[in-house]
Amino acid sequence: MTYLDFEKPIEELQKQIDHVRNGKHLIKPKVSAEELEIRLRETQNDIYSRLSTWQRIQVSRHPERPYTLAYIEKMTTNFIELFGDRSFRDDKAIVGGFAELNGETVMIIGHQKGINTKMRQYRNFGMPNPEGYRKALRLMKLAEKFNKPIITLIDTPGAYPGEEAEQRGQGEAIARNLFEMVTLKVPVLCIVIGEGASGGALGIGIGDRLMMLENTWYSVISPESCSSILWRSWDFKEKAANALKPTPQDLLQLGIIDGIIPEPPGGAHANPDEAASNLKAAIIANLTELKKLSAEERITKRIDRYSHIGIYQTEQA
Amino acid sequence: MSQERVPWWKRLRKGVETNTEQKLETPDGVWHKCNGCKKVYLTTQLEENLYTCPHCNYHERVDAEAYFSILFDEEDYNELFRELTPVDFLEFTDSKPYSKRITETEDKTGLRESMRVASGKTGGYRLTVAAMDFRYIGGSMGSVMGEKIARGIDHAIKNKTAFMIISRSGGARMQESAFSLMQMAKTSAKLTQLAEAKLPYISLMTNPTTGGVTASFAMLGDFNIAEPGALIGFAGPRVIEETTRKKLPEGFQTSEFQLENGFLDFIIDRKELKSKIGQLLGLMQG
Ligand SMILES: [Zn+2]
Repeated sequence: MTYLDFEKPIEELQKQIDHVRNGKHLIKPKVSAEELEIRLRETQNDIYSRLSTWQRIQVSRHPERPYTLAYIEKMTTNFIELFGDRSFRDDKAIVGGFAELNGETVMIIGHQKGINTKMRQYRNFGMPNPEGYRKALRLMKLAEKFNKPIITLIDTPGAYPGEEAEQRGQGEAIARNLFEMVTLKVPVLCIVIGEGASGGALGIGIGDRLMMLENTWYSVISPESCSSILWRSWDFKEKAANALKPTPQDLLQLGIIDGIIPEPPGGAHANPDEAASNLKAAIIANLTELKKLSAEERITKRIDRYSHIGIYQTEQA
Repeated sequence: MSQERVPWWKRLRKGVETNTEQKLETPDGVWHKCNGCKKVYLTTQLEENLYTCPHCNYHERVDAEAYFSILFDEEDYNELFRELTPVDFLEFTDSKPYSKRITETEDKTGLRESMRVASGKTGGYRLTVAAMDFRYIGGSMGSVMGEKIARGIDHAIKNKTAFMIISRSGGARMQESAFSLMQMAKTSAKLTQLAEAKLPYISLMTNPTTGGVTASFAMLGDFNIAEPGALIGFAGPRVIEETTRKKLPEGFQTSEFQLENGFLDFIIDRKELKSKIGQLLGLMQG
């Protein structure tokens, strides 16, 4: 397990537990493993109940955090992954396919980060090229054709800023998805499961409901890039993070998202099974509600929802 | 909302002179040094050429009002939604508070936002135009820009006019955080209504058009067009070079590059903009 700097007390307790459990002891340890586990749980709860914005961003980037394919494996059966944009190639930073969730076929699409050094390269660190967005759109249209609900899982540090990505129209690919997702006839549920950076996140993020796991962020720009542009230095990322108000708690208050899905104590990486079960419960509850509406009602509400986002003043010239 | 009109280039020249950032080097206002080929020529020549260079055809930056004057018949148009102005609801502070940035920008430029919307006729055809002012926080997209586009689309649908957006923007306005990001969604959602009404949408990209603007309405035109030599892209060239640690080739992300790669319908010289738009609108109605 990798521990973040503010998780030191948790790491210490875990070491003690391991020692009590596995060490050879001449005299019985003063505190039992069970007692220590209670303390560990309390410490986890305590630390995680008052995370700063920057700490929450660190949790969202934890290298052992579950990614899209892990959630698909834990939440669904019969998953068949579908590849390719039918035009250029298959993008490894976005995955998707049909699966069975709670007895019904759904289309799940998500950003995919790598689980180790080699795979992180392979997945391009979860940064899609245009063909990733085009693959996602192809799969969404497929789901629409067969009347299956769409679930998108968002987890990207941004769309890839590469030479070829620009050549193949990164901007156009994202724009096209925004436009097309607005009028999809099937229910569309979007959930941020890690990082939600800018247009790269929004490119699979237009739907009837927008939810976020508890320890994630969603913003117009990453705190690092924001710091570099507005403060002209990389040293103000914590300040930028606070100013951007990117946490689920901020965004719920601002009316941008519809709900927060709780994570287990210590974050999703501390107990991926529990995280997946919370996520699954939220998906089932939301899809049940969305299916009560007709396609026309959902599209009208979707347009209405986005049309009303924005805060401005009206004053006479 | 009629107002007394000074010819736009006179206002423009005044604007240019008061803006140090974009100052065209015009000693005593008679001479202009081209920002492209650096040749020096008469300001009157620049004005006659609609702020394009008679030597190299470099298209100088002009503001929203200039485009309204160029596009609308007899320079006759109504500006819409002027009453919408930005507000610092997140209390965002970087090197200075966003609220202060708003006031200072207003004082410096006389503008109330980075976008203006106007309605009139072009070549006899009804047209609603939303155009950006780069001098207002880099033409950045915040709530007001999104709302002006939304209302512009409503106006176009109600009055059955074609709709045009003239982009000149660095992208989303960070000081409005999630709300600026969501303007990409908002404008795209509104464009589905315009499409449903079967009204033409023309997206004109000018120098520069980048970030969230490119990744939403700018690339969604029925007709995607651009002025020559404009920088058009999603990620900025500096970010790409930092990421890939490679120098970008000459002409990367220009209008000509975008045309070659299939993302533009055509490139339009500013001097032919009005006639070409009129021609296009005529074909759509014929
Ligand atoms: Zn020149």
